[in-house]
Amino acid sequence: MSAGSRARAVAWIFFAATQTVAGAEIPLEERRSGYEFMSRDTRAMQDDDATNPGVFWVLDGEALWNRKAGAAGTACADCHGNARVSMKGVAARYPAWDAARRRPVNLEQRINMCRTERQKAAPLEHENRDLLALTAYVAHQSRGMPITIAPDKRTEPFLNAGRATFMRRQGQLNLACAQCHDERWGKKLAGTTIPQGHPTGYPLYRLEWQSLGSLQRRLRNCMIGIRAEPYPYGAMEFVELELYLMWRARGMKLETPAVRP
Amino acid sequence: MARAVVKLPSTVKRGEIVEIRTLVQHAMETGFRRTQLGEVIPRNIIRTFVCAYNGKEIFRAGLHPAIAANPLLAFTTVATESGTITFTWTGDNGFSVTESATITVE
Ligand code: HEC
Ligand code: HEC
Repeated sequence: MSAGSRARAVAWIFFAATQTVAGAEIPLEERRSGYEFMSRDTRAMQDDDATNPGVFWVLDGEALWNRKAGAAGTACADCHGNARVSMKGVAARYPAWDAARRRPVNLEQRINMCRTERQKAAPLEHENRDLLALTAYVAHQSRGMPITIAPDKRTEPFLNAGRATFMRRQGQLNLACAQCHDERWGKKLAGTTIPQGHPTGYPLYRLEWQSLGSLQRRLRNCMIGIRAEPYPYGAMEFVELELYLMWRARGMKLETPAVRP
Repeated sequence: MARAVVKLPSTVKRGEIVEIRTLVQHAMETGFRRTQLGEVIPRNIIRTFVCAYNGKEIFRAGLHPAIAANPLLAFTTVATESGTITFTWTGDNGFSVTESATITVE
């Protein structure tokens, strides 16, 4: 453990010992993207495609979109054509209901379904560079568009399960996501400002990771921070949390690929 | 093949100070990290960056293991004449990327 991460760990523990739960969701008009809590330099890095390293993954994703893959020998573009048209707004409504599986799937899972079922290729593992690139490319087509999660009878139970996870104290530090992200946003955790925890920029380039990463990777970081055992990548609990987070951020604009500290 | 992005104004006035920004795709693996099995991950970094304006070197940088992945370098030059500005990054394991941009000086 580096000195920096040890200092951070101590900060999380101290924080856990001094907090109580009250439980109130943030009013819609007070919601702010993590972007607004960043330094001016980091915001400038995100704003300019010539300095935002996430753009490399978007460009790689574009190349993959046009490349034939799998036993079927088809490219994404063979079926979906120009992504700027066909994928516009798609990421803004994921996780979305999948009729065959009778559950919501997130964007990475949806892309992997096309890989296995349509391209007849092996699925890409979570955080695999190509999967991040394809996801970033698809999500980038919705940059600037508002999140449009509209729960219905089928997705509501999953959304409610995600909300319950968000509100539940967990881990050795016995903290709920809501205690930081609903109740204490804007305050400091060691040197870091606690953001509201909106999923508006994913997959995003995190300076701490030195790489692009998925929303689930970010959620695993927060779970490890509260000494909870993170769910495995792709777990239903994560998709439920993603669905709740996207609904909680409904109407906010997508920023993919965002940059975060 | 690694990607690079360069940004500079395409048209400028003679004598004007021009800001140039460059971003290159590279992991900048320090050589100090180990895998979970304790094996050292070999160093793999960019060593040198060179910028030339119509063939004449105007900026050079040496890069070292503490530099972030996907290094972003920004610097300035004075616009003297129209032409081509080239950017070259070279490093470990034969890494080499070249990018160029044209500039019109009025
Ligand atoms: C052989 C044709 C085919 C190929 C190849 C293909 N897809 Fe698809 N894709 C489809 C069809 C058909 C649907 C709609 C399926 C459905 O609604 O059940 C779809 C749906 C999607 C969706 C969801 C769209 C929405 O509106 O919800 C995404 C995202 C997607 N594909 C991405 C990809 C990517 C990325 C690739 C390449 C890795 C790819 N697809 C390759 C046929 C294909
Ligand atoms: C102890 C306080 C704390 C708890 C509890 C916590 N987080 Fe976080 N979370 C943070 C901090 C601090 C950051 C920002 C980290 C940074 O920028 O370095 C963050 C970042 C995030 C982000 C990224 C937001 C963005 O702009 O990209 C999301 C999403 C998130 N948290 C969700 C959750 C979820 C879901 C839980 C519960 C499983 C949770 N967090 C629990 C403190 C917390």
